[in-house]
Amino acid sequence: MSDYIITDELQQAVDAALTLERPLLVKGEPGTGKTQLALEIASKLNAPLFQWHIKSTTRAHQGLYEYDAVSRLRDSQLGEDSVNDISNYILHGVLWDAFTCDERAVVLIDEIDKADIEFPNDLLQELDRMSFDVYETRETISAKHRPLVIITSNNEKELPDAFLRRCFFHYIEFPDKDTMQKIVDAHYPNVKKDLIQSALEVFFDLRELPGLKKKPSTSELLDWLKLLIADDLPAEALAANELRTVLPRMHGALLKNEQDVHLFERLIFLHKQRQR
Amino acid sequence: MLLDFFSALRKGGLPISTTEYLTLVQGLSRNVGTFSLNNFYQFSRMCLIKDESLFDRFDTIFQAYWEGREQTFDLQFDGIPDEWLKLANKDALTKEQMEQVEALGGFDKLMETLRKRMEEQDEEHHGGSKWIGTRGTSPFGHSGFNPEGVRIGGPGSGKRAVKVWEQRRYRDFDSSRELGTRNFKLALRSLRKLTRDGRPDKLDLDGTIQATANNAGLLELKMQAERRNAVNVLLLLDVGGSMDYHAALCEKLFSAARSEFKHLEHYYFHNFIYEKVWRNNSRRHTETLSLPSLINTYGKQYKLILVGDATMSPYEIAVPGGSVEHWNEESGAKWLYRLQQHFANCVWLNPEKPDYWDTTPSIRITKELMKGRMFNLSADGIQQAIDALKTPISTAPESPE
Repeated sequence: MSDYIITDELQQAVDAALTLERPLLVKGEPGTGKTQLALEIASKLNAPLFQWHIKSTTRAHQGLYEYDAVSRLRDSQLGEDSVNDISNYILHGVLWDAFTCDERAVVLIDEIDKADIEFPNDLLQELDRMSFDVYETRETISAKHRPLVIITSNNEKELPDAFLRRCFFHYIEFPDKDTMQKIVDAHYPNVKKDLIQSALEVFFDLRELPGLKKKPSTSELLDWLKLLIADDLPAEALAANELRTVLPRMHGALLKNEQDVHLFERLIFLHKQRQR
Repeated sequence: MLLDFFSALRKGGLPISTTEYLTLVQGLSRNVGTFSLNNFYQFSRMCLIKDESLFDRFDTIFQAYWEGREQTFDLQFDGIPDEWLKLANKDALTKEQMEQVEALGGFDKLMETLRKRMEEQDEEHHGGSKWIGTRGTSPFGHSGFNPEGVRIGGPGSGKRAVKVWEQRRYRDFDSSRELGTRNFKLALRSLRKLTRDGRPDKLDLDGTIQATANNAGLLELKMQAERRNAVNVLLLLDVGGSMDYHAALCEKLFSAARSEFKHLEHYYFHNFIYEKVWRNNSRRHTETLSLPSLINTYGKQYKLILVGDATMSPYEIAVPGGSVEHWNEESGAKWLYRLQQHFANCVWLNPEKPDYWDTTPSIRITKELMKGRMFNLSADGIQQAIDALKTPISTAPESPE
């Protein structure tokens, strides 16, 4: 059984991207399952998945191909035969492999906002026409089947308009309580209902906390639940007056910022004082 | 009909291109986003809007345009969502506003009043679904701090469909921001001094070819360090008070500058420059840096960018002891002058709209003190500021009194 819960909106967005063969740009808070989406689509469609994880140093042409001049130069020194054919030194990138794939592939361009600010502009033509030229061998690689391209962004940098025009856009919202319940049920089907209920309450209360630097996300909730389940805690342990004793052991999964932890502890403390 | 919708969106200030419109039509012709207004809403939004902060504006225009034309699509009917009143965001209020809310009996009481008011209004204009602007009638709009006031989606007459666009879930995202970090970054980019320093870890192709040729064809690799932006920037930011209103914009500038400049130093001040600045706002009274040591710490090569709205009483600038927070022995103008003498490449960025500059005395004074080097905190303004940063400011030899 699949444990990825997809909303109707997202479903519709994926369908449209498939029908119209446009790249789908997915944004949302970290930990809302943007990357998971591509994995899920690939397995649902039974299509090969090509992942391209972007780093700050990634250049656009690395996704197409790279010409390894240094190896060729070295081979020429050693007198290897392969040196006569330049195509031996063309290293294929992710998009090359996806374009030449015999069936429709799914391409994940993960965290495109990590790259240099000009990076998306360098991929415009390639994503539009789904083909590119190899300068060294003077051939054109064009897609046999236009792949479904999923692009994720964490909003660290804004993307250029020309790039956005060519994409569909979907913003994954933070799941509401019902959806979250479904997500948790899918991941941990055999856990005490009341534990999950009170854990969810704590979680959503925590997200409401004013002044929190980084709100805990879905993936962090799932990690935290795993901890709670491993400890086999009773649901009552999460009641407000017990939080102070239980949470210090657990909050590492939810709060990733020293100031947030301080803020949280202060709130718990105030809460306890008021109860007396 | 669709074309009208398109032009309505464009008129509403949404950046939609013809290409995107054509994609929408293409999709509709292939039965994507048809059959119901909800489907159409989802599809048109993903086609046309590429920024979640514009979702709210899209929702509003969508609502206004399709009001009364729902019959075009088949709609399912359902109850009214009760979430209307939860839309108001407590976090959006400043401290002063919160106090006023408390004075009126607390947030819940206020929301209750609003609920009643909305019910009354609904009876009067039955079936009307215009937004209820609480501006002027609610404490939220008070003192012009938040001129929008709290606007709440209008409830229907009980037989209305649940429409996603009416829930305005993306309200929090709409900051109607004029520009984002991308524009800032591109503007800041022109302040570049590329130098190679650090570890040589990049292949120097030209050098390698040259060295290999010199080496009689035997490969000799040459490496070099990557080019980095070596410009030094010192950012002094005004915090608190009237600057709270511009906090988001300043954050954006800060994050853009942070990613553009490797050598970026920042300190804070309140209202105007006096004898000390601080780096950590929560420990601003204990951990401060005196201005003389700031000047001694950072060399003349640092480019100084002051960010503040310069909106205050003129006494705070011109008179010793004019500061609102403490007794300052020497006037702010004098301290600013000292800064200018050391950091000759300096500018002032002002988030306040330039329209107000000439009518606010303190801004006028500050602009004069900066020799006209005050620019609006916008992409264009930053561009001009960066150009101005390239030449040193000409300070008069005598100190102003």
